[in-house]
Amino acid sequence: MDKVKRTKKQLTDISSSEYKYGFKTNIEEERLPNGLNEDIIKSISKIKNEPKWLLDFRLKSYEKWKKMKEPNWQNLKYPKIDFNEICYYSSPKKKKLKSLDEVDPELLKTYDKLGIPLDEQKMLSNVAVDAVFDSVSIATTFKDTLKKAGVIFCSFSEAVIKYPDLIKKYLGTVIPSSDNYYAALNSAVFSDGSFVYIPKNTKCPMELSTYFRINAANTGQFERTLIIADDNSYVSYLEGCTAPMRDENQLHAAIVELITLDNAEIKYSTVQNWYPGDKNGKGGIYNFVTKRGHCKGNNSKISWTQIETGSSLTWKYPSCVLKGDNSIGEFYSVALSNNYQQADTGTKMIHLGKNTKSTIISKGISAGHGQQTYRGQVKIMKNAINSRNFSQCDSILIGSNCGAHTQPYINIKNSSSKIEHEATTSKIGEDQLFYCNQRGISTENAISLIINGFCKDVFKKLPMEFAIEAQKLMEISLEGCSVG
Amino acid sequence: MLKINKLNVGVDDKNILNNINLEINKGELHVIMGRNGTGKSTLSNIITGKDGYNIGGGEVLYKNKNLLDMSTEDRALEGIFMSFQYPVSIPGLNTMHFLRTSVNSIRKHQNKEEYSSGEFIKVFKEKLAIVGLDESFAKRSVNDGFSGGEKKRFEILQMLLIEPKLVILDETDSGLDIDALRIVANGINNFKSKNNSFLLITHYYRIIEYLNPDFVHVLLDVKIVKSGDQKLALKLEENGYGWLKK
Ligand SMILES: Nc1ncnc2c1ncn2[C@@H]1O[C@H](COP(=O)(O)OP(=O)(O)OP(=O)(O)O)[C@@H](O)[C@H]1O
Ligand SMILES: [Mg+2]
Repeated sequence: MDKVKRTKKQLTDISSSEYKYGFKTNIEEERLPNGLNEDIIKSISKIKNEPKWLLDFRLKSYEKWKKMKEPNWQNLKYPKIDFNEICYYSSPKKKKLKSLDEVDPELLKTYDKLGIPLDEQKMLSNVAVDAVFDSVSIATTFKDTLKKAGVIFCSFSEAVIKYPDLIKKYLGTVIPSSDNYYAALNSAVFSDGSFVYIPKNTKCPMELSTYFRINAANTGQFERTLIIADDNSYVSYLEGCTAPMRDENQLHAAIVELITLDNAEIKYSTVQNWYPGDKNGKGGIYNFVTKRGHCKGNNSKISWTQIETGSSLTWKYPSCVLKGDNSIGEFYSVALSNNYQQADTGTKMIHLGKNTKSTIISKGISAGHGQQTYRGQVKIMKNAINSRNFSQCDSILIGSNCGAHTQPYINIKNSSSKIEHEATTSKIGEDQLFYCNQRGISTENAISLIINGFCKDVFKKLPMEFAIEAQKLMEISLEGCSVG
Repeated sequence: MLKINKLNVGVDDKNILNNINLEINKGELHVIMGRNGTGKSTLSNIITGKDGYNIGGGEVLYKNKNLLDMSTEDRALEGIFMSFQYPVSIPGLNTMHFLRTSVNSIRKHQNKEEYSSGEFIKVFKEKLAIVGLDESFAKRSVNDGFSGGEKKRFEILQMLLIEPKLVILDETDSGLDIDALRIVANGINNFKSKNNSFLLITHYYRIIEYLNPDFVHVLLDVKIVKSGDQKLALKLEENGYGWLKK
């Protein structure tokens, strides 16, 4: 059986059982007023019973954020965001629907195509099943097995209480709150997220997975994930996202920090299919995410794989700082922008240690009026002798109203290192589709064949069950696509 | 099999085909010759259903069905195949995957059993040998980086795999070397039967000699100005088109 689905099922079980124990029921109906100020931040911290040091961290971040400017170098166009119109904390006060009949049929069609069973459809579309909420992490499955292995996998808030030393030691060490505008914002107001610690000499006995979801209207999402792989350990972490239809744009600004110590490896995979807006570009998620991994130890490895099909705006550059000698950073990405979606995404590979290696494979797909920018930086510092980077950035255009742009930034400060960069752009045009049609292949089928071929190198990096989901997602996202 | 009555075709304000009449019966092979730009490929595109033309009257019937109402895909599923004058490359689309999807879609539509991947590989290798391509093509993207002659052989390979009822060969002989021409012509001859029909577009007598057509038509200035048998083609080869002009 599909592991992702099984995971979701278990999530349902666990979170409803936690309800029985009264877990967090005290905050079940809470929603802070819109706006951002010190009082709001203090309230968030209070709701979560946070220690003072964390409140201080938030307030300091907020001070920094106030002095920062919203970045404008990216190739994204959107109306100015009013940060005082956003609600920074809401717990799941759900408008429960009585049956699936009340759910938008378009949404249900998508679920059907994804092969999501009825119960889960109910859960996803907010029909009287208590499983996934806004802003409150439910990533606490499999606790027993993990406990035996010594693995810590819990919500960020829980970790703050139970493992304050680990949090204090690593929080903000990979992405300081001053890193960028959205990182500062997240550091001030983050609601929840996941925490993972893999102890020394441990291979995490299962793939860890989290489903985030955005639910209530006008709710910004500010997750924070911290994963630490101690010496000689390994973990594969899956992040999946779905969001229901909403008319207003919703802001999402997450932070993910990864740390690998000596000989450790983290494999982080994302399938992001948040609401992309409708055919005319109305609605959809604004996704401003900072993800960075720190290969702190020698011979350590961090690998990012992302399938980005959702959101109306994507601003995301999962990066690796290769500090340990012989450490390895990888970035495999498929990003799709259809209709009026815009994506400015890529990676940074910062080589600090000797003999460090990085690989970048980026596949951008633009359709409709979609705009896609690959932005990648490879920096090899003076002491990073004998380092290597290989980058391949391919774009494919479906029709002639969309665009693809490639912005590589390369900087090598020693002479023993090497960089290879390849880039291609191809186009699915009328003639190609006519050729396929003439061979009895429908337009939809032809596009999906071409796109699957195009994405193959990245899909094969995903865990099996995610690869299948990713393939289906691509099909759905490109449905009704034409080149005319 | 195919019947064209009083067909007029234009693009924008330009008249490309005027009052075309053509009937191709089962088992027949027809040839169309004519100067560059006289509308031969346009006629093929109309039969296969390419967008972008104005049809200003007339009808095209295939097995007594109105072809002009059908999508390109449906026409292909019903047995119409065109070997393209300029096959497009499709980077990223694996050749083997493409062929199998195409062949199985058509077989399924025609109530024939779909090939399993094992069976398909077997048939594929068999036909590949006929057109003289080697197996490494299976791993490449469709037409991507194929030489001119390889593209034409690949078109014939597809014809052999699909087993269509009506085959349009638009200058399949152009760009083939002497040996390849013989190989391709043999492939066509072996596939030709009393149950299928061919429309061959060419500029050269050599392929005609191999294929022994039943009819040869000359398309000049938007019209079919003369029809005859193989001797007409020989006469064109020797004298050009000048003598046909009024
Ligand atoms: N989409 C189009 N827009 C404008 N003109 C067109 C279009 N398609 C075809 N034509 C014109 O129609 C005429 C016939 O073109 P067609 O390709 O059918 O010629 P052909 O007989 O196949 O020529 P050749 O022997 O060179 O292959 C040409 O003058 C061509 O430029
Ligand atoms: Mg032509």
